[in-house]
Amino acid sequence: MRREFTGYRRESGRIGVRNHVAVLPTSVASSCVARGVAAEAGAWARATPHQMGASQPDAAREQTERVLVGVGRNPNVGAALVVEFGTEDIDVDDIADRIARGGTPVETLSVREVGGTAAAFQRGRTALDSLNEAAADARRESADASELVVGVECGGSDATSGIAANPAVGDACDRLVAADGTASFSETPEFIGAEHVLAERCADEETRRRLLDRVERREATADLMGVDLRGAQPSPGNQEGGLTTIEEKSLGAISKGGTTPVRGIVDYAERLPVGGGLVLMDTPGYDVESVVGKVAGGAQVIVFTTGRGSTTGNPVAPVVKVTGNPRTWERMRANMDVNAGAVVEGDATIAEAGERVFDEVLAVADGKRTGAETRRMEEFAITEVHPRELAEVRGA
Amino acid sequence: MKGRVLDGAALVLADGDSVATALGDLDAGREVRDGDRTVTLADDVPFGHKFALEPLSAGETVRKYGEVIGRATEAVAAGEWVHTHNCESTRGRGDVAATEAER
Repeated sequence: MRREFTGYRRESGRIGVRNHVAVLPTSVASSCVARGVAAEAGAWARATPHQMGASQPDAAREQTERVLVGVGRNPNVGAALVVEFGTEDIDVDDIADRIARGGTPVETLSVREVGGTAAAFQRGRTALDSLNEAAADARRESADASELVVGVECGGSDATSGIAANPAVGDACDRLVAADGTASFSETPEFIGAEHVLAERCADEETRRRLLDRVERREATADLMGVDLRGAQPSPGNQEGGLTTIEEKSLGAISKGGTTPVRGIVDYAERLPVGGGLVLMDTPGYDVESVVGKVAGGAQVIVFTTGRGSTTGNPVAPVVKVTGNPRTWERMRANMDVNAGAVVEGDATIAEAGERVFDEVLAVADGKRTGAETRRMEEFAITEVHPRELAEVRGA
Repeated sequence: MKGRVLDGAALVLADGDSVATALGDLDAGREVRDGDRTVTLADDVPFGHKFALEPLSAGETVRKYGEVIGRATEAVAAGEWVHTHNCESTRGRGDVAATEAER
């Protein structure tokens, strides 16, 4: 089994699999400028426009900051430009300082301070060109699978997800953990009904207690809002694909993490350990926000299973699509990277499909472009902390 | 594939499961053999959907992956399509909690 790939060695010691210049707006108010400046500069500049950052309560604002800093420090980012409008509670210099602490070249831009959009585009372009020069000094060097942090995600699940794609990706996670790397899956609402299985696999009591506590909190959110989770979980699309209950969806979903012990569970966008084995992250079930959480946690590659078909990507991390649905492979071929449908058709074992997934992850780490990258699918969104969750945290 | 394939048509993920997953679009009337027993499909069962391998009474738990995935909301005969019309989740029911709180 192949273990080596080439990547960009960073000052932090970590290895990047891409060498992007990130353009990070601190709020919705600077998102259009960030997107525009990056688009004018070229494909090497990657913007992360989002809806957060303007007058958020403390806990929510801190989460937004953690995401921006985490994405800026992701090893796939060779340099970063942080863009504020000028009215945000988030301090643009603080974000830049926290990113620079990891050794990443950073500059800032304030739309209001430079005199509006035209000047911001001009100054932004100059800043980006010089940041790109700094990033371009990086050369690919040899690296090992043990240096990879791989985030695992699912979206557009159907019944083949739990039968083929998720177990195949789980097998690839087992291979990565055996190679001393880190695999991380999340989407806490999709632990509901399967948490007892995960709890039994926790490496220690502390992790077990934290996991059960997080699942209980997500389930309680549904109680707090007086809603029936069944309207959204499984989603109408999931139901059309044959998934009847959240328990059924969860039991299929957790197989994408493989079979190794659960070493820990981190908060949304919190740093994931390198060489950490299987580690969970507490994220919502919404795939775009969940992927962003893991990229902010330092994942260089995302493996994304889909039964019904998904085209989603990420601005700084390549997203590898794996489908277990032979019809989706045929219909959406250009958006898919690995076919696990052979498992459903009885033409491949889960281990064979798992090896294919692992090999693809190494190839993508080495520079091979995914379907989502080729088509510049770069969704980005940050999770909001719900007011009722805030009230609960405050003990109200 | 994990589990046991029945006649190349359906998949039982673990022993003791009360439902099987269709591996193709299956028509009503089709017979699916599972060891000594034969289940005749009472409904059309689309690809990825489930049918009962044994009769279920109302309120009885439904098992897949060797685990509980919900409960039957009405009596279900062997061979019937099992989905949201006759099987429901027991988790994340804020609606039930809200109704109980009003009482």
